[in-house]
Amino acid sequence: MSSPGRERIVFMAEISYRDAIREALVEEMDRDENVLLLGEDIGIYEGTFRITQGMLKKYGAKRVIDTPIAEAGMAGTAAGMAMLGLKPVVEMMTFNFAFVAADQILNHIAKIRYFSGGQVDMPVVIRGPQGAGMQLSAQHSQSFESFYGHFPGLIVAAPSNASDAKGMLKSAIRGKDPVIFLENAALYGLKSEVPDDVNHLVPFGKSVVVREGSDVTIVSYSRMLHLSLAAAATLSADEGIEAEVIDLRTLRPLDMDPVFESVRKTHRAVVVQEQWKPFGAAAEIAASITETVFDELDAPVVRVTGEDVPMPYARNLELLAVPHEEQVIEAVKRVLYRN
Amino acid sequence: MRTGLARASVKLSRNARVMKEHGSGMDLELGTVMAKQKERTAVLENAEVCAPEWNDILEKMVLIRKFEEASEREFRKGNIGGYLHVYSGQEGIVAGILTALGSEDIVFAGYRDHAHALVLGSDPKALMAELFGKRTGLSKGKGGSMHLFDVAHGLYGGYGIVGGHLTLATGAAYALRYRNTDRVAVCYFGDGAMNIGPFHEALNMAGLWGKQGMCPALFVIENNGYAMGTSVERHSALTDLSARMRAYNIPAEKVDGQDVFALRGVADRVVRQIRETGHPYCIEAITYRFSGHGAADILQPYRTKEEVEEHKHRDPILILKKRMKEVCGLTDDDISRMEKEAAAVVAGAVKFATESEEPAPEELFRDVVSGSGEDRFHG
Repeated sequence: MSSPGRERIVFMAEISYRDAIREALVEEMDRDENVLLLGEDIGIYEGTFRITQGMLKKYGAKRVIDTPIAEAGMAGTAAGMAMLGLKPVVEMMTFNFAFVAADQILNHIAKIRYFSGGQVDMPVVIRGPQGAGMQLSAQHSQSFESFYGHFPGLIVAAPSNASDAKGMLKSAIRGKDPVIFLENAALYGLKSEVPDDVNHLVPFGKSVVVREGSDVTIVSYSRMLHLSLAAAATLSADEGIEAEVIDLRTLRPLDMDPVFESVRKTHRAVVVQEQWKPFGAAAEIAASITETVFDELDAPVVRVTGEDVPMPYARNLELLAVPHEEQVIEAVKRVLYRN
Repeated sequence: MRTGLARASVKLSRNARVMKEHGSGMDLELGTVMAKQKERTAVLENAEVCAPEWNDILEKMVLIRKFEEASEREFRKGNIGGYLHVYSGQEGIVAGILTALGSEDIVFAGYRDHAHALVLGSDPKALMAELFGKRTGLSKGKGGSMHLFDVAHGLYGGYGIVGGHLTLATGAAYALRYRNTDRVAVCYFGDGAMNIGPFHEALNMAGLWGKQGMCPALFVIENNGYAMGTSVERHSALTDLSARMRAYNIPAEKVDGQDVFALRGVADRVVRQIRETGHPYCIEAITYRFSGHGAADILQPYRTKEEVEEHKHRDPILILKKRMKEVCGLTDDDISRMEKEAAAVVAGAVKFATESEEPAPEELFRDVVSGSGEDRFHG
């Protein structure tokens, strides 16, 4: 998979998505003493997903704060810290728990800069895993990009690989705005090359073409990008169909220009998301394509999404509920009128 | 000036009526609290009562009242939109506590926030212009009455979601200590804010962080007896509100919110203590709001006209004036001059707000995120 800026960087290291996130935190904490971490069991327990392993020992309890189980408290206190010049990074053990903090995030963090007339910055990073696939059933398997993406004032990132995870998290911490940083637990172990550079910064609002192709455009992000790439490989091998695959990387701001450019070339588009279909990110992207490059389309834009049900526990049912490669292949064939 | 007992009796008569109507309990502790407070106030009585700053405090309170009366008038004329929540009757709580702060200390408030801005030193013109939605307003006309911000004067916001800002103040207090300052964060909230989830999360974290000296916060309960139209007796299982602070390891005391001397005495002591220890403290100020909850609360079915009139005898401004006349030789002429000056300031603020321009259309997209409006969502 291509990484932006790869040409510029000489040294690369192959690390996991998890370690990339951890390295970003460590490097930014070393760089700026105003950076601090809040979360449930991130200190002594070292984090449910071990992102904060060794951090308490290294930085002390003043900078690595084990909070009570209190998501509204975590998010709201982080906002207060940010208003006073600190750079808090909040770990949501999973984003499913952040509903408890919805008012703090959506009604406070996202809006305070605006209703103060720009008198304060709000550099709060809220990060943690989301997504399905680990048999965690209904309350622990959701995706939230369209939920947060709906609200002005937030930046919503959903990296698909280690390089972007590290570079975007560093951008988030160095910035002045609230960032909802949506990781995917299923990607934590995924290794890829990351520039060995403390100033490796990936900007928000820059979608990238990760696979070139001329027959169809597949738009995705986070874990579903890998599904899309697998489908593209299969389509190429089995059908001779060359799909162009685009990684959005951030949902807000949403950089649609590379998508439009691709559609002008392929005239067909499929959007893949893990979350439910109604009012999802794919709907926004599909609508945006039809609004802007309608005349270029040779077929309606097709969405591949999770099924419209609360996530079941049983493994077989869970697998039926999430998108899989065959559905992407089928969608591509549909826009190409090949089925 | 009335005795502590007389003060208590007014409060108890309200409670007695509410008890009759709703069959709930009354705050039996209040009489004792007021009696104790009288002892403390007595110390202040002759020592500091005539200090020149009390003139300033009275002036501020008179200014707040005039400002609020004007804002209600301007709301009725249609010059102020949205919601309007005025502080009339509660002035003592900001005048008595915020004047005890240093210039570096910071304040968070609910949506009934005009008085906080005025006492902290915000320009009444910019404040009124904000209510009018003008570009010269404190927040360029983008926040309005409920979201007053004046960071230069230490005001970190008025907030419109009941109880939503307590976490912010707790985190801000942590930040003040994290950066090795001795600054203090003050957080005002009403009795109605104490029954919502984030109240619990914020106060528990404040108490926890206080144990490490990392939460120099003063929590002020503006207990005006009503959460909008629902009385304390009807909204809180335990009517002794500050007693709940014990659950969070935060020391607390009740103060007569209509007695600015008492408030200032307590504030001087506890602000010093918070500054020294980094541990939070809570003042429950027992007060009364003379106007409706908001400008639309005209009928006020939850209380009687008699109840309101009864409490107007305990107007904090009247109490302060009387005290200063008796003890400091303040004259009616002094008071009259003070009122005229305040009226002139408010009239000037209304004129300024009226004549100011509306925000430019480009302002719509500014301040959504940092940088220019170009960063906005596109697709």
